[in-house]
Amino acid sequence: MSEYAMTLSVPDIDVPREREASDEQVLEAVGRGDHDALGVLYDRFGSLAYGLAFRILRDRALAEDAVQEAFLAVWRSADGYKRERAKPSTWILTVVHRRAVDLVRREERRRGEPLESAPEPTSSPADEDATLRGRRAAVQAALSQLPGDQRQALELAYYGGLTQSELAKRLGVPLGTIKSRMFAGLGQLRELLAESAVSQ
Amino acid sequence: MAPTVIHDLAAAYALDALDPENRWTYERHLDTCERCREEVVTLRETASELAYAAEGPEPPAELRERILAGARAEPRTATVVPFRRRWLFPATAIAAAAAACAAVGLGLWANSLRDQPRVVAMEGGGSLVISGDQARLVACVKDPPAGKAYEAWVIENDVPRRAGLFQGGCHSLPLEEPVEPGNTVAVTLEDDQGVPAPEGEVLMSADV
Repeated sequence: MSEYAMTLSVPDIDVPREREASDEQVLEAVGRGDHDALGVLYDRFGSLAYGLAFRILRDRALAEDAVQEAFLAVWRSADGYKRERAKPSTWILTVVHRRAVDLVRREERRRGEPLESAPEPTSSPADEDATLRGRRAAVQAALSQLPGDQRQALELAYYGGLTQSELAKRLGVPLGTIKSRMFAGLGQLRELLAESAVSQ
Repeated sequence: MAPTVIHDLAAAYALDALDPENRWTYERHLDTCERCREEVVTLRETASELAYAAEGPEPPAELRERILAGARAEPRTATVVPFRRRWLFPATAIAAAAAACAAVGLGLWANSLRDQPRVVAMEGGGSLVISGDQARLVACVKDPPAGKAYEAWVIENDVPRRAGLFQGGCHSLPLEEPVEPGNTVAVTLEDDQGVPAPEGEVLMSADV
């Protein structure tokens, strides 16, 4: 066992029934090999993960692959999760994003062209978590307040899976400009989200 | 890469907008730069907020069960760490058994392929010389303990494939498995007959 596990292990909890368990506690249980905890983690983040993967891959089968691979990667490496490095949600979404981006780049290289851009299905299932809906609205609102060039850079990179060099080429601007747009865009987005959290 | 240039990569890294080579270079930089790690933590947190605005369809109901079945089918010992960020590695894993050795100019690359070979330095020492989907591992390593050998792996989507066994000395070893961009090549210390999936500590690794 790592020193991490010794310092951060929590008393065993009945994860599936413990609805109040924090994301950290669930992830730690996953790290101890608890299959039920993995199910709980999926119930909390699976839908969000799939929405993200689909936005990037624009293909249901590929999005399923990306989410499945990402959750199995989480399963394998949850015992190395360090809470001071990232919130569980950030960590999981980072794994999903990386997987989806790697997959979209490989697919496009294999096909020699970008994936088909499918019409985007809007999802607002009636039973969708209200917190999730609120958060989506907040992020969409913050994005819409960014200067257009910053928003474009963030969207093409994060949802489009473009590398910074591809972005520079596509937009016909120097690489340095792309780097500053991404950096400034993330900084502004952070501030806007902090403001919206305060005003709620 | 000059320090001022490498610091510029933080936002692109947080957005996964680096190509594999820059990603690797930046992660190697993160090993040594505490301030950059902190910066990446913050940038990542903001970047992943974008996931909430993604809006896609709901996943099929059977995906949950497929994931759980996959987890049940997987022996936890047969896993390897490359998926974790490099900077989560304990420092000792990086103080590897390998002595770094230059890959370029060894004249060991009998290149019959058209692609221009590409050299990728491996974390922990050694290099990969990649031409098309063929890779050669160039490294000088100490003699392993009795009964042990070094084993190379090509890891794709966290699934390791065995790519060759070797002993101490200087090598230019053709990997037995093809590599693709996005794969990770890693070397572990294992039983000298080799093992089906890596169990030992990762001594060298590189994202291809």
